Amino acid sequence: MDKIREIADFLKTYDGEEVTLMEVCGTHTASIVENGIESMLSDKIKLITGPGCPVCVTVASYIDKLCELSKFDHTCVCSFGDMIRVNGSCGSLHDAKAQGGRILMVYSPLDLIDIAKAEPDTTFVFAAVGFETTTPLYAVLLEEIIRQDIKNIKLLTALKTMPAVIDRVLSSSDKITGMIAPGHVSVITGSDIFKPFAKKYNLPFVVAGFEGEQMLLAIWALTKLKDKGEVKNLYTEAVTGKRNETSYALVEKYFTPCPAAWRGLGIIENSGMRLKEEYSRFDAGSDGLYDDFIPKGCSCHEVIVGAKQPCECPLFGKVCTPLNPVGACMVSHEGSCFNYFNKKG
Amino acid sequence: MKITLAHGSGGQSTKELIEKIFAASYKNPVLDMMEDSAVVGGSAKIAVTTDSFVVNPLFFKGGNIGRLAVCGTVNDLLMRGATPKYLTSAFIIEEGAELSELKLIAASMAQAAREAGVIIVAGDTKVIEGKGGIYINTSGVGFVEGDDYASFKCTQGDAIIVSGSLGDHHAAILSHRMNIKNDIASDVAPLCDIVKNLQNSGVEVHAMRDITRGGLGTVLNELADASGKCFELSESAIPVNPQVKSFVKLLGLNIMHMGNEGKLVAVVSKKDAEKALEIIKNSKYGKDAAIVGYVSSGNGVVMETSLGGKKKVGILIGEGLPRIC
Repeated sequence: MDKIREIADFLKTYDGEEVTLMEVCGTHTASIVENGIESMLSDKIKLITGPGCPVCVTVASYIDKLCELSKFDHTCVCSFGDMIRVNGSCGSLHDAKAQGGRILMVYSPLDLIDIAKAEPDTTFVFAAVGFETTTPLYAVLLEEIIRQDIKNIKLLTALKTMPAVIDRVLSSSDKITGMIAPGHVSVITGSDIFKPFAKKYNLPFVVAGFEGEQMLLAIWALTKLKDKGEVKNLYTEAVTGKRNETSYALVEKYFTPCPAAWRGLGIIENSGMRLKEEYSRFDAGSDGLYDDFIPKGCSCHEVIVGAKQPCECPLFGKVCTPLNPVGACMVSHEGSCFNYFNKKG
Repeated sequence: MKITLAHGSGGQSTKELIEKIFAASYKNPVLDMMEDSAVVGGSAKIAVTTDSFVVNPLFFKGGNIGRLAVCGTVNDLLMRGATPKYLTSAFIIEEGAELSELKLIAASMAQAAREAGVIIVAGDTKVIEGKGGIYINTSGVGFVEGDDYASFKCTQGDAIIVSGSLGDHHAAILSHRMNIKNDIASDVAPLCDIVKNLQNSGVEVHAMRDITRGGLGTVLNELADASGKCFELSESAIPVNPQVKSFVKLLGLNIMHMGNEGKLVAVVSKKDAEKALEIIKNSKYGKDAAIVGYVSSGNGVVMETSLGGKKKVGILIGEGLPRIC
């Protein structure tokens, strides 16, 4: 605790060169807000949010497709809660439900097994979004579907992987001086995956857990390591340098890398995962959902790469609020606008 | 035996249902007259409230919809400084509901009403098509003899006291729904003892709210808005049952937005803070009470985090949802 006090003092009184740190992962964003971390930092330390909230980076055509599917006969779209209020080009799943669509909020993809078995005449489509952390769950779901020979579950995938988008963000920003690497993702990928980027952009990556102390430690380490192309792992209880082979084997059995569309960033090669050809019978029509739609004035696409702070968006807090979200970043509990709104009011 | 539409026809089946289940459970001279309305004694100033209960599942660890329907309305009366006296109880039952479950629910209502010192003086039963669901509306009347509590009375310097651990009811219900096995039980309870003891002691209570849907964060924001004051909290002082804490963390929920059904927050004059805390701690359902913060000038709700940071506490927006990455 003394060490943490020392670190807290250092961060509050830091008067060196300005540092700008990006936390990639939405759960880190939430932890920063929950712990009131920004209030503990000197003005010389800036935090910006990255593209690590799976809901925030999903493009409009994917939402539109979910809405369309929800209105088919004998079809039910199942989703994590946050996705339900994100707008596509013509409304959200929430709106689709009001128009007669069938939508079910679930807490885990595996819940679908019992749900689908109880209603064999309905096709249940899961809105399969997420990063390296969540994809293994879908693989487990597929294992179970095949084992039990369940015919009425499909996935609409918008799965993303981190390395290519991190490369994209860093190549287009000259203000970022350090990265808080995504913690959950690192559990699967291992921390070595960030080494090439640390070297290429000559800036430090720190892998951290989600406790407040870990966040302070990560910010301290990134401040100390400024201009050093190193990867430091503070989350050693869950993360090693190497990737989790069991997870990768499971994921690679069912999924294969593909280009992915990111909200506001366009298509990034090799930044997504889709079902392999031999499992395409489980796909609900995920191919080619690349079209994006940014509502007029919405800055989500700039917010997710840290180019703008939420309050710099003309809609923030006026037109766009958590109750009436315009952009995805105001919907998700991991979204920067949502968290920023709750923090600043 | 299951409830059928005939039980809601208004004829013989309805009569039997009412006599055997509701009248038998709630038994009191006013209800027993079985007139079209109840005629009861009054008071110069009365508090009136109504609430509908639609909880799923109907039975959960620590209680059921019946106990909830009585406690929810009783607590709303208490929060204005009223002494709860009379309740009405209206059931909307979907056909297919189990008669045995209805009996248990009515018995729980009767038991909770006895505990709270109220009588159920009127009721209604409707049966609709459906899948066996049960919904209850209760309205309540309480007598206000002393000062009534009101949000606008919160004053700079007042202490903010919560009567016990946060989030228990919410976590218990969510555990049921998600089929997560744990020992978390709902805290559903009538808070009469706490309120009565505070009233009898003469401590200066300015406002009181039960911490239900939306959680402490939402309740305090409402108080802050109504009083034009700032509510400053200390995270480390907020009581949370360790199992609930782990549950909340696991699912990425926010304890400040999780509901209880047997906890209150009292805003008490600074001079009486310690005394009020002792009184609550020595009352039924108040043993884990704590002073969690103070009222200051300004606006909104702010919290000093356990880590030493400061953050704003907002109201609940949407559902409290688990994280997905």
